[in-house]
Amino acid sequence: MSKFLNIQNHLIAGEINELILDVKEALSKGVNADEILNTGLIGTMDIVGEKMQSGEMFIPEVLMAAHGMKAAVEILKPKLSCDKIGSAGKLVIGTVKGDLHDIGKNLVMLMMESAGFQVIDLGVDVPAETFLKAVEENDADILALSALLTTTMPMMQKTVELVKEKGLNKKAKIIVGGAPVSQGFADKIGADGFAPDAGAASKLARSLVAAEQTGC
Amino acid sequence: MFEVIGERINTSRKLVQSAVANRDAGYIIDDVKRQQEAGANYIDVNAGARIGHEEEDMRWLLENIQPNAAVPLVLDSPDPTILEMAFQMMEKTPMINSISLEKERFDAMMPFLKGKECRVIALCMDDTGMPVSSDDIVGRADKLVKELNAIGIPTGSIYIDPLVQPISIDSSKGTMVLDAVRAIKKKFPGVHITGGLSNISYGLPQRQIINRIFVTMMMDAGMDSAIIDPLDRKIMATIRTADMLLGHDQFCMNFLKGVRSGAIAS
Repeated sequence: MSKFLNIQNHLIAGEINELILDVKEALSKGVNADEILNTGLIGTMDIVGEKMQSGEMFIPEVLMAAHGMKAAVEILKPKLSCDKIGSAGKLVIGTVKGDLHDIGKNLVMLMMESAGFQVIDLGVDVPAETFLKAVEENDADILALSALLTTTMPMMQKTVELVKEKGLNKKAKIIVGGAPVSQGFADKIGADGFAPDAGAASKLARSLVAAEQTGC
Repeated sequence: MFEVIGERINTSRKLVQSAVANRDAGYIIDDVKRQQEAGANYIDVNAGARIGHEEEDMRWLLENIQPNAAVPLVLDSPDPTILEMAFQMMEKTPMINSISLEKERFDAMMPFLKGKECRVIALCMDDTGMPVSSDDIVGRADKLVKELNAIGIPTGSIYIDPLVQPISIDSSKGTMVLDAVRAIKKKFPGVHITGGLSNISYGLPQRQIINRIFVTMMMDAGMDSAIIDPLDRKIMATIRTADMLLGHDQFCMNFLKGVRSGAIAS
């Protein structure tokens, strides 16, 4: 990581112009683009996630870092060994039926993209059947469900049940989150994981697919 | 004068939930009295959190709160059956929390509201989700006012909630709602503007200073009610002071009363 210290510092500080210069400089020195992406950028976004979890960094700073990450990836794209973007796995995400809240979901999405996931966003008010179809069609590794209302939490349960009934949970791990959701609730409905915030969510998703990591 | 809707009697709050589960009337009555003493103009009652128990919990809460409440109540439920039961129990004209433009909710609430004498909170929410611009908020408010007028609810009984969104996710979320409130008040001078405020500071540190300055700005734009915790002394002092500065406090009497009681301090 030490050779990516500038990238790390500028990405965390949201200094996008400097970050771009760092990435170009690393490339001109012959550093492998895949390594810049995985160790430099994704590695730093892990730190951003941790700092968000610990309350050292706040949402606007995380958004700035995610924007910086996107800009840096654009520079790297032509030089990546294969389509590395999204190689961490495929993730289907949405807010469950009856619930129209998307702020938390969108933050989680951003962190997942920054962590290298290919994200399929189904939006808000998503029926269980639509989740099921998207998981099936995309052969997803992760299904992420969001709910902000106590009244829509039962829809999470219904969605999990449906996914299990079809046996799709063997590959796709189900993770849940949202203000009223807890680890206890996640356990009760048989989800594979719970995260209290967007930083923790990307870490959780990565750990759930880590066993099946194959690269590109 | 600014109207404070006290939000504390809500079973999604842990202590309230256990008081309701244990039928501890003393706790609830004490909380209501404290909210009133702090200046609440309405007491919101929400019994939704214990799934499957909403009807009995709501009935029990109202039976205990009503004899002890000097101010009107806000009946807070998405379920018209529960609202109908609660409405029949009311001695003072209540406020209903809430209707929105989400089709299912709208279709359920309209027949309930038709012909009733009540105030109603109208959320600028529709089936596409949260509003995305000032014009979007104003358009939704316009629709709500017209639909409610058409079933006999006068504009002065409507409390529009423009839905405050976090400024941490988009720096224009403050001006978006402020501009919308100004436009709504221009179009419908008699309508009330209410809502929660603390969403504005979600995702940021030092939230209280953000909330206090924001409420002041919203009041200048035309917000004349809010759903808050009246036991938050600082926000109550801010509201009372801003109300005076906006010319709603004859001879500054309320401000001075607040200072003498210790409720307002620099």
